[in-house]
Amino acid sequence: MDTATSASTPRHLLVVGNGMVGQKFVDEFIDHSDGWTISVLGEEPRGAYDRVMLSSFFDGSTIDDLNLCDVETLRERGVDFQFGARVERIERKAQQVHLADGRTIAYDHLVMATGSSPFVPPIPGRDQPGCFVYRTIEDLEAIRDWSLRPGVSTGVVVGGGLLGLEAANALRNLGLKTHVVEMAPRLMPQQLDEPAAAMLRRWVDELDIETHLGFATESIEAGDGQPLGLRTAVGDLLEAQLVLFSAGIRPNHQLAEAAGLLVGERGGIVVDDNCTTEDPAISAIGEVACHEGRTYGLVAPGYAMARTLSSRLSGGDEQFEGADTSTKLKLLGVEVANFGIENDDADRVEFNDPINRIHRRVSVLEGQVVGGVLVGDTSGYEILHAMATGAMPSADVAALVVPSSLAAASEVELPDSALLCSCNNVCRGAVKDAVRHGTHNLPDLVSATKAGTGCGGCKPDVSSLLFAELSALGIDAKRSICAHFDHSRQELFDLVRFHRHTTWAQVITAHGLGRGCEVCRPVVGSILASLSNGYVLDGDQGSLQDTNDHSLANMQRNGTYSVVPRIPGGEVLPSQLIALGEIAEEFGLYTKITGAQRVDLFGAQLHELPEIWRRVIDAGMESGHAYGKALRTVKSCVGETWCRYGVQDSVAMAIRVERRYRGLRAPHKLKSAVSGCTRECAEAQSKDFGLIATENGWNLYLCGNGGRTPRHADLFAVDLTDEQAIRYIDRFLMFYIRTADKLERTSKWFEGLEGGLNYLRSVIVDDALGICDELEADMERHVETYECEWAATLDDPARLDHFVEFVNAPEATSTPVWITERGQRVPAPA
Amino acid sequence: MRHMVDIVHNPGVIESPPPWTIVTRADAIPVDRGVAAIVDGEPVAIFRLSVPGGVDAWYAVSHVDPVTDVPIMARGLVGSHGDEFDIPTVASPLHKRRYDLRSGECLDDDTPALATYDVRVVDGFLLVA
Repeated sequence: MDTATSASTPRHLLVVGNGMVGQKFVDEFIDHSDGWTISVLGEEPRGAYDRVMLSSFFDGSTIDDLNLCDVETLRERGVDFQFGARVERIERKAQQVHLADGRTIAYDHLVMATGSSPFVPPIPGRDQPGCFVYRTIEDLEAIRDWSLRPGVSTGVVVGGGLLGLEAANALRNLGLKTHVVEMAPRLMPQQLDEPAAAMLRRWVDELDIETHLGFATESIEAGDGQPLGLRTAVGDLLEAQLVLFSAGIRPNHQLAEAAGLLVGERGGIVVDDNCTTEDPAISAIGEVACHEGRTYGLVAPGYAMARTLSSRLSGGDEQFEGADTSTKLKLLGVEVANFGIENDDADRVEFNDPINRIHRRVSVLEGQVVGGVLVGDTSGYEILHAMATGAMPSADVAALVVPSSLAAASEVELPDSALLCSCNNVCRGAVKDAVRHGTHNLPDLVSATKAGTGCGGCKPDVSSLLFAELSALGIDAKRSICAHFDHSRQELFDLVRFHRHTTWAQVITAHGLGRGCEVCRPVVGSILASLSNGYVLDGDQGSLQDTNDHSLANMQRNGTYSVVPRIPGGEVLPSQLIALGEIAEEFGLYTKITGAQRVDLFGAQLHELPEIWRRVIDAGMESGHAYGKALRTVKSCVGETWCRYGVQDSVAMAIRVERRYRGLRAPHKLKSAVSGCTRECAEAQSKDFGLIATENGWNLYLCGNGGRTPRHADLFAVDLTDEQAIRYIDRFLMFYIRTADKLERTSKWFEGLEGGLNYLRSVIVDDALGICDELEADMERHVETYECEWAATLDDPARLDHFVEFVNAPEATSTPVWITERGQRVPAPA
Repeated sequence: MRHMVDIVHNPGVIESPPPWTIVTRADAIPVDRGVAAIVDGEPVAIFRLSVPGGVDAWYAVSHVDPVTDVPIMARGLVGSHGDEFDIPTVASPLHKRRYDLRSGECLDDDTPALATYDVRVVDGFLLVA
């Protein structure tokens, strides 16, 4: 085969076809194309675009959104693009192609990426106006124009496969009453079996798309200038003024076939593992290529072919050895996946929930997962797919067939080979082994395995795994905070509350041992702060606070701090932004917008913090508590004030919520958001507590999380008034603060609550424990006694004492090494 | 080392061996918390630990975190470890490794030990060498 070696004059590579795969090939090959010049001939009037997302064209996407071809850049790099160019004939002997416009182009290597065409079954009446296929942007534009004609109210898609359902979605988005007719007795007959297809049909019904299965179209009746409808063999008429064919695709192999190249039995240009045809100067990739008797209508195998060919032409040895056609996709908003290969001898493990419209089936042969199909909920697809391809041993299949939303906490189900601590590359198995061999407390476990000694982010997971293993070993696992307290955080909270302790000395003397440590001190500090809400550094509480709480700022990797003023709801005055900019410039602070709609200023030295904060407070802002295990921000969208879709004032609500809970110390940080409509731009479902506006009020979501282990929040209550929402959140937060373990986010806490959501509702809504009055009173005290910690610090000279780097040399400061990146000051790499 | 210390103000030094540096008044240092000082040009972390029923214990170790080379050890949390809770410790505020304040040795892994310094309280003044 040709390779790009030792040609003194560059050789000419000609790509015929600029679809997704042809474009992928150019993008891959351009970086390895020494010795070649590249030309691309596209029949469509524009460069490649994302055909997979085609139906989004009717859902607000533009041609630019779908575009995949950066023509300008590629032209600068020497690629000659010609659009609207149609090839008529390949002359293999002379190594040239003849174009419809009479031109002739010579090639040294020819890449056929001509894709395929929609198959239109030979039904009488199929050629009349109002009948369409669904392949190109031009097709879509024609469909849209037709749908706008007077009298056009109903559309029918002929074909209930994957593309047909996509097309049905497009018609629905155009506002047409939509039907799908399918010859087979089920939808997506290629990918789904009967029960899976039946479940998919329930979803489709829900969307008001009418499906007609086992439907044989006899003819398309013509009406007055537009179709009248589909006539069946028995004479029924399904009325429709727009007919869209989506009955499969056929490879565009005609050019190659006419040039004498071998074509597969079911179409497609025959290629070998190098994607080359029997003519070594011609290759074929994508839907037009037939590899081992098979053509692929999916984009992933096409991309694999593009990579293979690029590798071969640049001297590499990549081969195409067939492709896995497993897919996971969202069709009409429904999650659908299939994976592996079907085997009639396999046992079928099934989960079927018609109420939630979920069907999941996994086929198991001799203990190995071989394939399966998931409709309505594709959770666990990655693991199941890995099992089906042999990348992972098959285990616990029954548990995996149950959707993860219904399965028990997945903690112990992960394989031993799963990574627990990514900093130190410690897998779960190593930690479990250590526990089994007698390491039964957290500090020793961390020390023995190194898990949790890096960034520390996995420490709660190490702790959970320890307790899971201990209880598996039959050992009574007591969640004591550390060696100094024989109590769980919850027990200690109750003790401190009952005895009304206000100092560390009281707590450690009455309930603990020794001098405490870096683990229990912050826990007690947090409990004292949650209960009394005094200044967190007063009395002996100063000795309990981690460096961030102690400096009221976040320590960064080089020992300097970041400063995060509170910007409630993300709403900020221009004058405040200007003030922040001036402060940052004056102190040389690196400035970044955080994920929580705030401004983070990095690189402040310990001694600079008071002056920086004085300036921030003068600008009318206050502490953002980014340094504390406390409420961070309540993110919001602009809501009904500005947004065309908003139904409530999400900004006002977010500000109200943020002002109410600011400074509230908790077992871990708390995040929140308020969205003004169901589009959920504020991402409230990934927060510890979130509100989403409805026409009638607020839906309250609890215990969501982003971060390391994302969790979708649970819908707790619907259509609440402002006051109801606040009351429930008051109770929820205080209940969490009372009962959670140390450093346990609400999501993890929730997973450990026996009785789950119903139990939480019984406590917060029905007051089953009779503590709601107490919880509300505790929160009321917090709200009444809140003060900005930085204002309180600046008001009292004694509280400024420790913002000095060296006690015996107040003017001396360490000087970190800085470099400049993108115009800002950042720490030099270690 | 990535951090240099500019000594703007040179604290007083007693000549009798070892050359003690008077850091500050002892009662100016908070209990169970550290402070940083410059001793002989080096940044030193000094800790005053409460002893239940006894007099406070004093320790001084290098202020520079051995893992990151950043001078922040004085800002770590103190504690007591070991079966009898008799090992006084400080945990680095970066990455939380714990060190024995008496020997400077790391309790968690083979990270090099912190340098240690002598501390005395004389006539209410804190002296470090």
